[in-house]
Amino acid sequence: MADLSINLGGIRSPNPFWVASAPPANSAYQCHRAFEAGWGGLVWKTIGDPIVNVSSRYSAHSVGGVKMVGFNNIELISDRSIETNFREIKECAEAWPDRAVIASLMTDTRENWHDLVKRSADSGAAGIELNFGCPHGMCERGMGSAVGQNPDVMETIVGWVMEVTEIPVIVKLTPNITDISAPALAANRAGANAISMINTINSITQVDLDRMVPEPSVEGKSSHGGYCGPAVKPIALNMVETCASTPGQELPISGIGGIGNWRDAAEFIALGSTSVQVCTAIMHYGFRIVEDMIEGLSSYLDSKDMKSVEELTGRAVQNVQRWETLNLNYKRIAEIDYEKCIGCNLCYIACEDGAHQAIDLVNPEGHGVGPGRLPGKPIPEIIEEECVGCNLCAIVCPVDDCIEMVDVDTDRPFLSWKQYQEKLETREMEPIPAHK
Amino acid sequence: MKLKPQLDEFTAAKNMAEIEPPLTGQQAQVESERCLYCFDAPCITACPTGIDIPGFIKKIANDNLTGSAKTILEANILGSSCARVCPTSVLCEGACVLLDRDEMPIKIGQLQRHATDHVIENDIQVLKAPEVRSGKKVALIGGGPASMGCAAELVLLGHEAVIYEKSPEAGGLNTYGIAYYKLPPRVSLEEVEMIQKLGVQIECGVEIGKDLSMDELRADFDAIFLGVGLGNTRSLGVPGEDLPEVTEALTFIETFHVSPLHETPVGRHVVVVGCGNTAIDAVTQAKRLGAETATIVYRRGEEDMPAYRFEYELAKKDGCSFLFHVAPVKVLGEGSVSGLRLIRTQLTADGAVEPITGSEFEIPCDMVIKASGQEKRSNFLQSLCPDLSLDRASRLEVDPMTRQTSVAGIYAGGDAVNGGREVVNAVAEGKKAARGMHLEFTGETVEGPLQHTRMGSSRPIGSGFDNPVRVSEAGKS
Repeated sequence: MADLSINLGGIRSPNPFWVASAPPANSAYQCHRAFEAGWGGLVWKTIGDPIVNVSSRYSAHSVGGVKMVGFNNIELISDRSIETNFREIKECAEAWPDRAVIASLMTDTRENWHDLVKRSADSGAAGIELNFGCPHGMCERGMGSAVGQNPDVMETIVGWVMEVTEIPVIVKLTPNITDISAPALAANRAGANAISMINTINSITQVDLDRMVPEPSVEGKSSHGGYCGPAVKPIALNMVETCASTPGQELPISGIGGIGNWRDAAEFIALGSTSVQVCTAIMHYGFRIVEDMIEGLSSYLDSKDMKSVEELTGRAVQNVQRWETLNLNYKRIAEIDYEKCIGCNLCYIACEDGAHQAIDLVNPEGHGVGPGRLPGKPIPEIIEEECVGCNLCAIVCPVDDCIEMVDVDTDRPFLSWKQYQEKLETREMEPIPAHK
Repeated sequence: MKLKPQLDEFTAAKNMAEIEPPLTGQQAQVESERCLYCFDAPCITACPTGIDIPGFIKKIANDNLTGSAKTILEANILGSSCARVCPTSVLCEGACVLLDRDEMPIKIGQLQRHATDHVIENDIQVLKAPEVRSGKKVALIGGGPASMGCAAELVLLGHEAVIYEKSPEAGGLNTYGIAYYKLPPRVSLEEVEMIQKLGVQIECGVEIGKDLSMDELRADFDAIFLGVGLGNTRSLGVPGEDLPEVTEALTFIETFHVSPLHETPVGRHVVVVGCGNTAIDAVTQAKRLGAETATIVYRRGEEDMPAYRFEYELAKKDGCSFLFHVAPVKVLGEGSVSGLRLIRTQLTADGAVEPITGSEFEIPCDMVIKASGQEKRSNFLQSLCPDLSLDRASRLEVDPMTRQTSVAGIYAGGDAVNGGREVVNAVAEGKKAARGMHLEFTGETVEGPLQHTRMGSSRPIGSGFDNPVRVSEAGKS
């Protein structure tokens, strides 16, 4: 059994799965339920001067019958009093000494930051997360993403926090910024202990075409909401990897964004996360999902002979490179397994209209008639000399392992764009002819 | 006749209610999302009318129900009844590629019904005839699916179409002769109304050869379409056949299509002779209308029956019994039916049926329904026009492309040509005849549906309009 425990900048938890600062982390009641289910940590819903919320608050982007592929909200930070929140954090921290209860904070002045930071430590929290990410409501008041979008201001505020903190500090970053490494480096300069990302993305999920108002609607009006859920995972992975590979960014990372199962979590960890945080999947299915996350990650690590989560952390980072270093002489092409092809021809039409016109429809004779195909009904065939190995056909194919991308030996040595440019400069090479 | 209705109004209605409930909006949504949206899909090929099935399903998924119905009705004007009566498991659904991924095929029939019900219930006329008219007029003899398919296509192509139907209502077997639990007559009559709104004239209660002569039609119209279907059920050729409780399957079925279900006289012990799809319709409905026992007797074996497998299963589920390898010898009874004398049969080496001497036995019954196939209407056809050429099976011979008969200006389709197939075949043949007439009238060929690829524009490769289906449905006619 691999060791699932982690240490994020001094915050320890028995597994890397934390409940993110959000509606599931709003109260002691929920915290107890989460820990009973097996979550390793919980970042409390952001504490600050109690706000007043609107009704309604959430909306979703559902695709092809799949609910909540994306999800957004216009809910603000905790609407409970600061006292209540710290009292309940204390209760949970005492009841679950092996878990990490982390206080999430958002306020304005240096004095107020000092106050909340001290009270966090007093409550027994294992650490603090600074919310510089919320893209709705609070940013209009100069907090949340308004801070995260301004690295200098953020550095100053993190500095205030570090002046008084006795427990580790995580800086939560907003993705609503051109270059995520800038605020990450600011957190490093200010002496924080860890960074977490991503907070939610500015969004409008849908428009009610009868009433001409987006959801969530508040008496016929709406506002930009924070977007999360499975659809944001690729954006989050990109930002996590960017932070993991940016020179000078030395802080450990807590990965957030669309994580719903152990595989998602493993991908975040492989790209540099130490812990991962989950919200939308819990809002959809409840805390119980963590059982499979723990079991799945553990089995995966065992199957790869890895002894701990730490061994997985950052393992794929080295394989994300600048485009200019990739091999121009590598080639792969699609190969269709006619024993599996069901004759939907989606590969054909995708390649024909959407890509490189490298698939023909041909007479099935000689290919054998696969499962249930109509005699005489044309079947797809790869035109190997036209195939650029783009993967599109394999992606659209509805049958597992029916279209496989296979390596082709081009018999040409490694050549990156960078090398190519150098060789052109020194006239070692002629320009590669343009595609016809 | 001693037969009486067996059930009260409520029970009769319950037993005969549509066997498949309609999909709810959400069910249709979920089901339509399952469709892979194949390119050049096998389901299109398997549909005799070549409906762009993935296209209409995608429109359901995208909440464009009216557009979906338009896609269906453009290809098959009787899309609503076909959604209910098509043997989808041997047509479109039997060709669904999901079967090859070991999954249930898409419920194409149910989705088609969802879309067409939407426009019928909301009275949305999705098809419109062009305003410019050609001035050409076509008379259609018989108001069944073939004529409806032909007339609708003619009107959409700018011509005038007048249907002459001898019954009080148009729709043919869709209105009078299909199992009630599959297709209540209301659905057929709604389709008749839709076709009338499209501009087709329908004259009911008019019999050609009696009320109007063929010569009059030929003088008044530019072309004639024969959609006359089939004739009476073959006689059993046994003594006692003239007893009052011996009836034809289609006559029995028509009874409760024109009068209330619970007023249908049914025997307590019903025997149906024959084992085709109409025989199954008769036996299940006799059972559902209150017969204590309902039995099919068939001179061949289970494996030889012309009925579809799913129809056989339905009858068994309804509690009907089957006696195979028996043939009727005599209908027993003095003044009314009291039983049926049967003889056991065997197949000779060359597949013929021969009775086994001395194997006669009797079963009690009080109603006998004949369902041993309909006769061709060769006499009627030749009385209309002696020059019409018939094949050896007494079917009208037509040009496979234009559907023109051996007589110029006379076209034909449906059961009178194909010997008795599905509603969808009749619609397809009628539609094709309309295109044949259009070619004759204007010199224009109507292609469609078309698919555009870099190899040029063509019909979908294997449009079901012309090509055989994948399942051996042809052998079931």
